[in-house]
Amino acid sequence: MNVIEARGLRKEFTVRAKAGRFRRTSSVVSAVDGVDLAVERGELLGYLGPNGAGKSTTLKMMTGVLHPTAGDLTVCGYAPVPQRRRLAARIGVVFGQRSGLQWDLPLRDSFTLLRHVHRVPAGEHAAALRRCTDLLDLGSFMDTPVRQLSLGQRMRGELTAALLHSPEVLFLDEPTIGLDVLSKQAVRQFLAELGARGDTTVVLTTHDLADIERLCRRIVVIDHGRVVHDGTLTQLHERYGSQRRVTADFAVPVVPGDVSGLPGVTLESAEAARLVFALDSTAEVGDLIARLVTWGTLRDLSIAEPEIEDVISRLYLSPATSIMS
Amino acid sequence: MGFVTATAARQAGRNFFELAAQFRSFATIGFRRYATYRQATVASLATNTTFGFLRSYVLLAVVAASGAGSIAGYSRAQLMSFVWLGQGLIGVVLLWGWNDLSERIRSGDVVMDLLRPQHPVFAYVSADLGRAGYAFATRFLPPVVIGSIVFGMALPTRATTYALGLCSVLLAVLVCFLCRYLVNSCAYWLLDNRGPTMAWMVFSGVLGGLYFPLRMLPGWAMWALWLGTPFPSILQAPLDVISEHGGVPGPAAMLAVQAAWAVVLLAACLLVQRRAERRLVVQGG
Ligand SMILES: Nc1ncnc2c1ncn2[C@@H]1O[C@H](COP(=O)(O)OP(=O)(O)O)[C@@H](O)[C@H]1O
Ligand SMILES: [Mg+2]
Repeated sequence: MNVIEARGLRKEFTVRAKAGRFRRTSSVVSAVDGVDLAVERGELLGYLGPNGAGKSTTLKMMTGVLHPTAGDLTVCGYAPVPQRRRLAARIGVVFGQRSGLQWDLPLRDSFTLLRHVHRVPAGEHAAALRRCTDLLDLGSFMDTPVRQLSLGQRMRGELTAALLHSPEVLFLDEPTIGLDVLSKQAVRQFLAELGARGDTTVVLTTHDLADIERLCRRIVVIDHGRVVHDGTLTQLHERYGSQRRVTADFAVPVVPGDVSGLPGVTLESAEAARLVFALDSTAEVGDLIARLVTWGTLRDLSIAEPEIEDVISRLYLSPATSIMS
Repeated sequence: MGFVTATAARQAGRNFFELAAQFRSFATIGFRRYATYRQATVASLATNTTFGFLRSYVLLAVVAASGAGSIAGYSRAQLMSFVWLGQGLIGVVLLWGWNDLSERIRSGDVVMDLLRPQHPVFAYVSADLGRAGYAFATRFLPPVVIGSIVFGMALPTRATTYALGLCSVLLAVLVCFLCRYLVNSCAYWLLDNRGPTMAWMVFSGVLGGLYFPLRMLPGWAMWALWLGTPFPSILQAPLDVISEHGGVPGPAAMLAVQAAWAVVLLAACLLVQRRAERRLVVQGG
């Protein structure tokens, strides 16, 4: 049985705005517009889309805090809104912008409360907390009041709080938004570990492709409330020809050599000591670098993943869009 | 173990002991939250004590002017009990300055309260009783001790008064909390919750027996307030029970009215919460 099953899921918001002194206009926004999704137990699903695509709205419906306008939805066999409290015992939720921790108290106190809230046996709780403490490096701020934590530290706390009762499904809404590089790294590594165990189903929303690059085998891309892609990241890149960008800085200006022997690589620009190449999904970065070092001394090299906005705009250009829906 | 294996569902507390454990953990959080703000506690204490002196001198002047040595059935010592117990109880029932819930509604954090297996009213009421426990030790006892040393208060003469007084204070905390919960819940429907907050501040003080004993009012007005509003159940009731005022209503009647208000307000809170949740899940937080 699928852990999450959505069929024709829709959510419309009525937005009222003042128009003139007395008149008010109301318009309907389709935040989620017919999403079909089946998620199996143990999957680590990346739910990707630009800002305003409808990611948070979908997660709110799945966790039972928002009522779908139409469509069928079950999570862990429950109808989320009518059976919210029963569902709450079986899922963990992190909403990037909201806090589930006790603001004024040391982080530790929030975890103790959650042990009782979810009736977790003491031994099991201690073991889970120890794991999270090790993996997320919580030790140094366990006794710091939550309000004094940095965003990255707080987010690591939120993740732990969502996981201590061993939920079957973990919903994470933009868990890396605004985090520093190190915290982002810690969160991704932690999720990779969790995903590798294959026991907890994870639904992760993000607008950052790098988040899910190595994490999620399955990626669902949503835009304007519609699923525009459901498959692997490689399939996504292949299908829509999204390009990575390699920027090479040389110690002294160089004359770019020939790259026609390297499949999928094109020279985008060359100005003095900086060369920029575009690589499609067939290109091998290693081969390009091997070629570059023969041209001169490399000072710096960076590889930029395609932006989600680029991928999406390509989705629209591509004729393949029509078969998705 | 731990999050390695996703376990089968644990149902929300079903038996009494589990419920008690959950109550205790929410109460502990409530207690500790306030215990972290010692300076705030000291500041409130100083304010409550200062106003205790002011009110004492005003009421003593009224007694002296009346020439009878007592007003509305309160002896001079009973009046001092009324003032100083009242100054102590303000902090215990937390008459003013609680807008945690409306703030969470405004910021949207209230959504996280819905993602727990417990009913939000249960979680909030437990935390508030924990808070009241802390306030009893830090904000009730000091003014009462100061008042009895400086002005001489009437101490309970009957042993049962202590038990009845404790019940009455507990019911007062509950009634006051439920009122605050309702006032805060207005934020679900209003963008600006200052109106309900102001109304609550004015009515709870004037009509609750804080500024003057309600027994000074004509009988019909006093009864109208007791039965028609929850305000006397918050301060007047525990004050009269503990200071052993001999008139009608007696302690049993006052406790009964308090209990009735607690039940009515709890029902109202549950209803409002259901409406609010429905609004939230339809319109989005
Ligand atoms: N409560 C709400 N009322 C009105 N419109 C909303 C509400 N919540 C979200 N929306 C709109 O729905 C769309 C999807 O929002 P959201 O799901 O938050 O996007 P994402 O999380 O992908 O950035 C946006 O256009 C947003 O403005
Ligand atoms: Mg969002």
